[in-house]
Amino acid sequence: MKFGVVIFPGSNCDYDTLYALKDVLQQKAIFLWHKEHNLKNVDCVILPGGFSYGDYLRSGSIAAFSPLMQEIKEFALKGGLVLGICNGFQVLLELELLPGAMLRNKNLKFLCQFVHLRVENETTPFTSRAKKGQVLRIPIAHYDGNFFSPPDTIQEIKTNNQIVLRYSDDQGQLSEDANVNGSLESIAGLINKAGNVMGMMPHPERASETLLGSEDGRIIFESMIKWKG
Amino acid sequence: MKVRILVSLKDSVLDPQGQTVKNALHTLGYDSIKDVRQGKVFEIELEGISEEDAERVVPEISDKVLANPIIEKFSWQILEKD
Repeated sequence: MKFGVVIFPGSNCDYDTLYALKDVLQQKAIFLWHKEHNLKNVDCVILPGGFSYGDYLRSGSIAAFSPLMQEIKEFALKGGLVLGICNGFQVLLELELLPGAMLRNKNLKFLCQFVHLRVENETTPFTSRAKKGQVLRIPIAHYDGNFFSPPDTIQEIKTNNQIVLRYSDDQGQLSEDANVNGSLESIAGLINKAGNVMGMMPHPERASETLLGSEDGRIIFESMIKWKG
Repeated sequence: MKVRILVSLKDSVLDPQGQTVKNALHTLGYDSIKDVRQGKVFEIELEGISEEDAERVVPEISDKVLANPIIEKFSWQILEKD
C-alpha cells in the first residue's frame, strides 16, 4: 500500500508518520508537498499533526486553501482513503469533508498526554482490525480539540454511526473526566458519511512501537492496510 | 475603502476564554461585569471597488475565510470611504 503524507509549513508529525509507515509497518510512503497538484498515485492520503501556518486564523483553516487540497478533495469524493491526525483532523473540518468544528479545550490548556479511546465503530477502513468496545491507549497533543457541532448535525452523525472513537477511561467507560478536552459526545475520531475520510485527534503514529509507550496506534494503520488488501 | 470586520463565537457556543477574562475582572473587583465574549477584529483595505461591490465581497470573504460559520458569526462596518 502506498501512503502519501502531506507536508504544510508548520507540520511537525510528518516525519513521525512516515517513520511509522515505512520503518515500523514496512509500507511504501512518500511525502506530498502542499503546493503541488499531484497525488503521485498514492492509495491513501494522511494529513499529519502539527501547526500548519502556525494555527493562524483558526487551526487548519489556511492549510485547507492549499493547492493540493483540491486534489485531495476530489480524491476523497471518489472514495479514496484520507486520514487526518490532530491538525489534519482540523483541516478536514475546515475543508468540510467532515462535519463540525473544533473549539479550544474546555480547560483552556494544551493537553499532551496518553488517553484511552473506546472503539465505537469497527466497520470502517480505519478500525477494521479492532473490536467494538476495544480500548486503545494513544497520546494526544492539542489545544483545539473540543469537538463541536450544532444539534441537528450531531443527530445526523449519531444516526449514521459516524463516531469511530470516543475518549473513555481504561475500562472503556465514558465520563466527564475521561473526556479531557470537553468534546461533544466525547468524540475523538469521526468518519464521513461515505466511510472513507476519518479525522482523529489522538496520534496513532506516536503509539506505533512499545518503545514509545504503546503500540495501540498501529491498529489504525494496519486496518487501512488490511482494507486495501 | 477601509472596513472593519468583527468575528466572534455564536451566542449558542460556549466561550471559555471570555469566561476566564470575566473571572479575572471579577477578581479585580469589577463586579458590574456581567458577561464577556471574546472575538477577532480584521481591518481590511479595499482598492478599486465600489461600495455596492464591497457589500457583496466583504460578507463573502467573512463567510468563506475569516469566520467558521459553524461556530462563529460576523458583523462589519465601513471605517473610511474612498
